[in-house]
Amino acid sequence: MSEATTTAPAAAPPIFVARGLTKIYRMGEVDVHALRGVDLDVAAGEFIVLLGPSGSGKSTLLNILGGLDVPTAGEVRFLDHTLTGATEAELTRYRREHVGFVFQFYNLIPSLTTRENVALVTDISEHPMAPEEALEWVGLGERLDHFPSQLSGGEQQRVAIARAIAKRPQVLLCDEPTGALDYETGKLVLDVIARINAELGTTAIVITHNAAIAGMADRVWRFANGRMAGIERNPRKLSASELSW
Amino acid sequence: MKALDRKLLRDLWTIKTQVVSIALVIACGIGGFLASMSTHESLLLTRGQYYDAARFPHVFAEARRAPDFLAARIADIPGVSAVQTRVVRDVQLDVPGVVQPMTARVIGIPVAAIVDAALPQAMNRLSLKTGRWPAPGAAGEVLVNNRFAEVRKLALGSEIRVLLNGKRERLTIVGTALSPEFIFVTRGGALPDDEWFAVIWMDAGALAAAYNMEGAFNSVALRLADGSRVRDGETAGDATTAAVVAELDRLLEPYGTRGGYGRAEQISHKVLSQEIEQQRVMGTILPAVFLLVAAFILNVVLHRQVNAQRGEIAAFKALGYDDLAIGFHYLKLASVVVAMGILMGIGLGDWLGRTITGLYTEFFRFPTLNYVLSPWVVAAGSLVALLAGFGGTLAAIRGVVALKPAEALRPPAPAEFRPLLLERLGLGRLATPSQRMILRNIERRPGRAAMTVAGIAGSVAIVISGTFWTDAVNHFIDIQFHVAQPAAVYLGFAEPVPESVRFDLSRLPGVRQVETSRTVGARLRAGHRSYRAGVTGLAEGAQLQRIIDVDTGQAAPAPDAVLLTTRVARRLGVGPGDTVTLELMEGRRAQATLRVAGTVHELAGMNAWMRLADLNRIVGDGPVVSTAALVVDRADQDALLTRLKDVPGVATVIVKSTLLDTFRSTTARNLLFYTGVLTIFAAIIAVGVVYNNARIQLAERAWELASLRVLGMTRGEVSVLLLGELAMEILLAIPAGFVAGYYLSLLIVTLTHGEAFEIPLVILPPTYLYAGATVVIAGVVSALIVRNRIDNLDLVSVLKTRE
Ligand SMILES: Nc1ncnc2c1ncn2[C@@H]1O[C@H](COP(=O)(O)OP(=O)(O)O)[C@@H](O)[C@H]1O
Ligand SMILES: [Mg+2]
Repeated sequence: MSEATTTAPAAAPPIFVARGLTKIYRMGEVDVHALRGVDLDVAAGEFIVLLGPSGSGKSTLLNILGGLDVPTAGEVRFLDHTLTGATEAELTRYRREHVGFVFQFYNLIPSLTTRENVALVTDISEHPMAPEEALEWVGLGERLDHFPSQLSGGEQQRVAIARAIAKRPQVLLCDEPTGALDYETGKLVLDVIARINAELGTTAIVITHNAAIAGMADRVWRFANGRMAGIERNPRKLSASELSW
Repeated sequence: MKALDRKLLRDLWTIKTQVVSIALVIACGIGGFLASMSTHESLLLTRGQYYDAARFPHVFAEARRAPDFLAARIADIPGVSAVQTRVVRDVQLDVPGVVQPMTARVIGIPVAAIVDAALPQAMNRLSLKTGRWPAPGAAGEVLVNNRFAEVRKLALGSEIRVLLNGKRERLTIVGTALSPEFIFVTRGGALPDDEWFAVIWMDAGALAAAYNMEGAFNSVALRLADGSRVRDGETAGDATTAAVVAELDRLLEPYGTRGGYGRAEQISHKVLSQEIEQQRVMGTILPAVFLLVAAFILNVVLHRQVNAQRGEIAAFKALGYDDLAIGFHYLKLASVVVAMGILMGIGLGDWLGRTITGLYTEFFRFPTLNYVLSPWVVAAGSLVALLAGFGGTLAAIRGVVALKPAEALRPPAPAEFRPLLLERLGLGRLATPSQRMILRNIERRPGRAAMTVAGIAGSVAIVISGTFWTDAVNHFIDIQFHVAQPAAVYLGFAEPVPESVRFDLSRLPGVRQVETSRTVGARLRAGHRSYRAGVTGLAEGAQLQRIIDVDTGQAAPAPDAVLLTTRVARRLGVGPGDTVTLELMEGRRAQATLRVAGTVHELAGMNAWMRLADLNRIVGDGPVVSTAALVVDRADQDALLTRLKDVPGVATVIVKSTLLDTFRSTTARNLLFYTGVLTIFAAIIAVGVVYNNARIQLAERAWELASLRVLGMTRGEVSVLLLGELAMEILLAIPAGFVAGYYLSLLIVTLTHGEAFEIPLVILPPTYLYAGATVVIAGVVSALIVRNRIDNLDLVSVLKTRE
């Protein structure tokens, strides 16, 4: 894998730079190598799709980039912060200020309404958008006072996205956001993510099992066995409605 | 080992802290139950054995001077198996180095017969504790009750002086003894009197000679043939005793009897019985509260276990395990917890029972105190705990068994929430999202929140019920000894003396005020009911001996009428406006039928109050009195007490302050122990409830809390969400616990009301404060332990799986 393929276009400054990322889980006697020396650069505003078989280390990588986990070896930089070696409090502040997460299982707070789930984040950020605006973005401006139990899976995932973007994060990290959704609903959710990337300029990294989604990305990372197995650049980004999977 | 059993062990290990905390709550319940019941049983058994071995009489009577030949006629009363006659005198006692005059009850015993013939004493057998029997014929040698020698540090060979019939006699202590009549030693009150009241046994001949009582007796005790069949050694109210007492009264009538009575009215027996009864009450109420709380926690924990394992349960079901096997699995989980609780409880109960029984030896003097923890008590306690545990578990098990495999395999849908009641009422928008999460969680599970509040409130109530005794006893002392009896010194005369003794007394050093009154022993009758009580005549406007009604304040007797303590009126079945007949036991043994002017709710005593002039007129005496109250200059008190030793006719001198000091020091220590134990129990319960609740919440909401951490919330912010709910529950529980504690204490004082006295329900603010603080501290400790777990929440792994 050459320098030319791993480096982002020179025009935009890199938002993430990682070198030699290694993660070893110690399971009693055996060591599980989840990451085996990963190098990467991500330019601001890029849309990256991360593909790879189950167990290849995708979530581990995303968690490290999002400040949820720390690598065993190697270095990660976010703009001019070094994430490796940061304290727990620094990582919390990093997540609070810069990162939006979206998970497969939505992770909404069942005891709070749509609006309040978003407000949970806007209450603790510096320059958030109004919860109503964030929900408008995901097409749920009409469902402000519904509780999660009153929403479909796709709607819940869109609330999770609204919650993730309401603080105007620089990066949006999505771990299999369509994994629990049906085809049509999944498309709707991906469309929202793509629009946010295009219109707000939020850097997006999306993990998926579904190779068809790759067409939406600027670049596609292929993961295998804890390593970056290949990087492809799409000449033209497709919109979600153009995909077929 | 079967797979299911291996899972059981692993589950237990995962929730080990919870298992231990629940087992501890159960242990407190069982321990409290066993301790109370075993103390109750031990006291009953020890008393029963001692009464039998020492041949404690069934019926007692005193007379002025009855001829010895009467003994044979008394023995002929049907139902009487043995008779003991003797001379008993209350005299002034002087111990070198003690300023205050003391009282001794001198009892004549046939020394020669006991020593020479090694004849077993017919009744009230003495157990020689130290030293030897007095030598026959050696007039100056005596035995004293063991307790008095101990508290006064009187070695064998010490000399004491008594005023025998006006003559000062030197006596040498050659031994100390115990007697079934004086298990609890008192001149008459319910307070222990060990320091100021001694029992002296001396040669009957010498005592009789001193009082010119040769060939006569003034005290008689009887044993009844079927006495052993009387339950618990009580002889009150049974027909045989009543018949024997009536016949005995008839025989002694010409010899100045004060009326016979059964064991129920024998003072030592009465105080002991009330204490034993109290022990039984405490042994049932408090453990019931503990077991209730334990059952509740067990229930919640098991419910949670089941919910967390719905996936596994579904898998087991899919593999072909039947409902019974799975249900049984959870019942086993509960059994292990309960069994641990029972084992610890037995150890705790045994230790506590021995300790409490030991504390009783301070008050009750038995030759040997046998501690028993009988198997049936252990079995009963264990059974109750098992039932409570299983009861709590069964509801949860029903849930498991009802689960359909497919249903259980699906992750649970997001829990349903609704806007808060407040919001629905239009009062919303008050709270932040965090506060709303807390409130909605409480509102969504009102049952669980209520259970938590109930559990914590229960422990608040237990602390109150264990701590209010100090308030109550202080209030009791205040009313009885400061309001009702404000004088410093109270004197009792051996025989009625002219009312003019007032002037003699007021000339003694330091005496500033003197008031006299008279108490006459009497049998009160109303219809077929009767009761032996002292009738006290008070001078008009008496201020040193007041009749205090705890509900209405000071009362005074009306002319030609009696005022009865409520408890006496209740025994006689009379009320204001009714009449009672007084059969007086002094002088001409007059009878009079009087109107009941009213009843007074007095904390202590069983009294009948009259005006002094009315009483003397009925007795047929002139202006005489039998007691005096003295207000004394503190500086001159010692001089006064020394002079009182030479005043003839004074049988008892009660110095209020010294009496109270002794009472306070012994009682305070026992109350402290009791309060301490209950506080620890309550703290264990509070920790059990709060900690388990927090752990369950944490497990159920770990995923939610981890999500919030991912969103950038700090550990502190996330902790507030979880612990905020508990804090709210504790805040709700404290006032609820105050109310519950009040009623629990009310229940306890009501059930322990004795005949001699009742404990007033007084709970002062510091007691409430202490109870609240105990629970808050327990809550904070539990919160800190759980907080540690929140801090170490593994975000990545929590988020990997749903639930
Ligand atoms: N907490 C952990 N402890 C041990 N091994 C882990 C842990 N998390 C992940 N792994 C292992 O690391 C490897 C990569 O996991 P993950 O990053 O979740 O893969 P992916 O998301 O690509 O499916 C897997 O082999 C997995 O078993
Ligand atoms: Mg993954």
